[in-house]
Amino acid sequence: MSDHARNLLVPTDRGLWCEAGGFHVDPWRPVERAVVTHAHADHACPGCDHYLASPATCDLLRVRIGPGIDAQPLPFGETLTQGGATISLHPAGHILGSAQARIQRTADSSASGTDRAVWVVSGDYKTDPDPTAEHFEPVQCDVFISETTFALPIYRWPDRADVAEEINAWWLANQQAGRTTVLLAYSLGKAQRVLRMLDPSIGPIAVHGAIPKLSAVYTKHGIDLPEALHANTDTADAIKGQGAIVCPPSASSGPWLRRFAGSGGTRIAMASGWMRVRGRRRWQSLDHGFVLSDHADWDGLLRTIADTGAARVGLTHGSAETMARYLNETGRADAFVVPTRYTGEEAPVSSAPDENADGQTDGEAPA
Amino acid sequence: MNTFTRLYLDLDATTSTNDKVALLESYFRAAPDADAAWALALMTGNRPKRATSTAALRTLALERTGLPAWLLAECHAAAGDLSEAIALLIPDDPKSTDETESLAGVIERRVLPLRDMTDAARAELIAETWSRLDTDQRFVYHKIVRGGFRVGVQKRLVTRALAGVAGIDPNTMAQRLTGKIDPTPAAYRAVLAGEQPGERTLAPLPFYLAHPIDAKLTDAEGDTPEQLETILGPSTDWLAEWKYDGVRAQLVGREGRAAVWSRSEELTTDQFPELVSAAMHLPTDAVLDGEVLIWDTETDKPRPFAEFQTRLNRKSAPSLQPGLFDTTRLVMIVYDLLERGGEDLRDRPLTDRRDALESLLQGTPADTIRLSPLLRERNWSSLATLREQSRARGVEGLMLKHRDGRYGVGRQRSATGWWKWKVDPYTIDAVLVAAQPGSGRRASLYTDYTFAVRTDDAPDAELVTFAKAYSGLSQSEIESLDRWIRAHTTSKSGPFRTVEPVQVFELAFEGVQRSARHKSGIAVRFPRIARWRTDKPASEANTIADVEALIRRGPGTQPQSRQGGEP
Repeated sequence: MSDHARNLLVPTDRGLWCEAGGFHVDPWRPVERAVVTHAHADHACPGCDHYLASPATCDLLRVRIGPGIDAQPLPFGETLTQGGATISLHPAGHILGSAQARIQRTADSSASGTDRAVWVVSGDYKTDPDPTAEHFEPVQCDVFISETTFALPIYRWPDRADVAEEINAWWLANQQAGRTTVLLAYSLGKAQRVLRMLDPSIGPIAVHGAIPKLSAVYTKHGIDLPEALHANTDTADAIKGQGAIVCPPSASSGPWLRRFAGSGGTRIAMASGWMRVRGRRRWQSLDHGFVLSDHADWDGLLRTIADTGAARVGLTHGSAETMARYLNETGRADAFVVPTRYTGEEAPVSSAPDENADGQTDGEAPA
Repeated sequence: MNTFTRLYLDLDATTSTNDKVALLESYFRAAPDADAAWALALMTGNRPKRATSTAALRTLALERTGLPAWLLAECHAAAGDLSEAIALLIPDDPKSTDETESLAGVIERRVLPLRDMTDAARAELIAETWSRLDTDQRFVYHKIVRGGFRVGVQKRLVTRALAGVAGIDPNTMAQRLTGKIDPTPAAYRAVLAGEQPGERTLAPLPFYLAHPIDAKLTDAEGDTPEQLETILGPSTDWLAEWKYDGVRAQLVGREGRAAVWSRSEELTTDQFPELVSAAMHLPTDAVLDGEVLIWDTETDKPRPFAEFQTRLNRKSAPSLQPGLFDTTRLVMIVYDLLERGGEDLRDRPLTDRRDALESLLQGTPADTIRLSPLLRERNWSSLATLREQSRARGVEGLMLKHRDGRYGVGRQRSATGWWKWKVDPYTIDAVLVAAQPGSGRRASLYTDYTFAVRTDDAPDAELVTFAKAYSGLSQSEIESLDRWIRAHTTSKSGPFRTVEPVQVFELAFEGVQRSARHKSGIAVRFPRIARWRTDKPASEANTIADVEALIRRGPGTQPQSRQGGEP
């Protein structure tokens, strides 16, 4: 029996391929038809002839890839038949518009006895509440392809409200010492989530130039974000020593940040799940690390995998092998590793060639 | 416990020396004496002995979390630190977290008693402690319990901070902080107060350390005689000696007793009873600075450091009586006299101290305490020539000390300071064959590399593991190599990855000798990466025979280049 007969989705050198529907899910090289879970660069590749994604993701793709792309919006929960497969999208909670793709062979596509197993590709997801993303909904399925960026039990996320409180307290302390606060967060998703957490009563909030055009899509889709200055030479005096700048990590290494230094200098923190581990904070020479992730933590992954009811679980990115072994040994599921483009089991690294200065990936790939 | 944990993490997070001192100072000002005493002890290496084995702690963590051992091992590898991994794995218990636990309380009630407890009682106390502390505090607790507590802060900074608290000169505080200070409020108050006369008869004086003459000082060409003339001035202003490859030590003889202190100001008297006996033969009280090593009386040169190391690791020295045919003996090569008959000589010019040292040793048997000979070369060129003999003489190079220099403190820089002028290292082109993640700052990056050389010159020669190295690459090289390793792994065993044997690196090392411990039959000293040879294929890496030739040929030689492979 060929792989295609047995499996609705198969890994190829371009990404997951659905022969029945004639499309790829999150391809990493241009293809004819792409189903895109969300607009981060490691999931949304430029150059495809046709994109199918959630309405918000379509808008973000137009900002990131170009206004002229052929992007077809599919609202959450609605079903579309493409070739011999039906597709629906369901909120993944990762960033605005992020979706899980539910895929099944259509009932009339072939003779009886056809495998009608329901497959769900999670894309990136988180189960924690986040006012800047649709809330994650587990989807019943037979085969669940889950991301495993943080699939180790040391990764357990603290309460979001506590993190927001920590960030604002840190900002306030910096301000009192005449220091400019800098929060490193990727331009799409993490930046908006952090902006939403900041308390505008403390001082001016500013953003790097890569962020406003993405924030505009959030506003269009009904997500309120605080007023933010565009951080540049004109606004530098207002920001110095007082403000909080949200910018992509790439902006922290160049000369760009220097003009905003207050009398007490600058303090730089990163908001990421990796900040749970001390070595990461030290390696990146950060003054502070806030544990804030847009991915599911260990408990979130296990709970979600159980909630889907899937008997087979494919794992991809990060600690896929670890999670596969754990699921298999504990009898929770029949688990396997889905190879990704880089090494077969690890997430792309920080300086992957397609990550531009805007930091298009979500920044939680191992650096 | 919370304030100390905060201090630990804040110190860990900043690289600014001034910030560190400020953090320490504000901690010491605010902390109760009992806590401050323990904090000082922990930060100056006077930490409690291991209270429980790592294996026992790991077992408790597995029981508590219900995780399989392999998964804990993966967490350990990802965090780069077992204490941290376990701290992160144990669930927080907000109901019983106790903010009032003090550092002294935790150590005295939750660490020290563990040693004498039954396994069951120990397990119970640790579990109870886990519930009392939050994640960060548990991490610090594990560090203390495991006996390996270290803070990323040099003693110099602690000294500066306490000098600030006490309002005294840092050099005075440095002397107060030498030796062992009991972690008691009384001892801590004594550190901050004035010292009582005679209180520390055998206390060491702070060591003075040398700076290297290397590419950072000169240009890429390094250390030609002309450049030395530019940097240091006329050679006649300097005294030159051999730089011995031993253990730096200070022999303190006062009031009929003697002590040996290591450079990290640990008391090593028990390791070197020979030195204590020898000190008894000195005509007067004296504090001597020098290098302890094993001397071969037959060849009249030092034995390789590796032989000495086995002895150093022992708690107490073997029999003092050398075997009948044993031609080796422990000696201290002394090169400075810091104190004579109770008089502090450190502010005197080096030449005065040298004269005093020579006259002190004149009447002393020269078998154990030996005077470091002065090299009487007249100019930099002849010194450079002499330095070429270093390997043949079993030394590392030359020491240069200004004739007028006083004996400073630590790494103090001074125009009349001390310089070490080492010989160039050996180098070998080796192939990267495996890697594993580093620890701490380098966790989750593959930074611990295993290198191999070829068994012979044949095109299909096998590779044999030869050395491990951790340092020498820039951060961007580390990151790019990390990506390469992930993408070219041929097999994985836990965190250990075998990679395609393709990348060639030039390794530098200080010494090479035969060893049964390594597969290649060779052990090298201080291996590090000198260069990433992206220009060389693995087929042009050096062979085991090339390395062996270094052992045979000895001084100042490099292996033959393979395939005429100069770029």
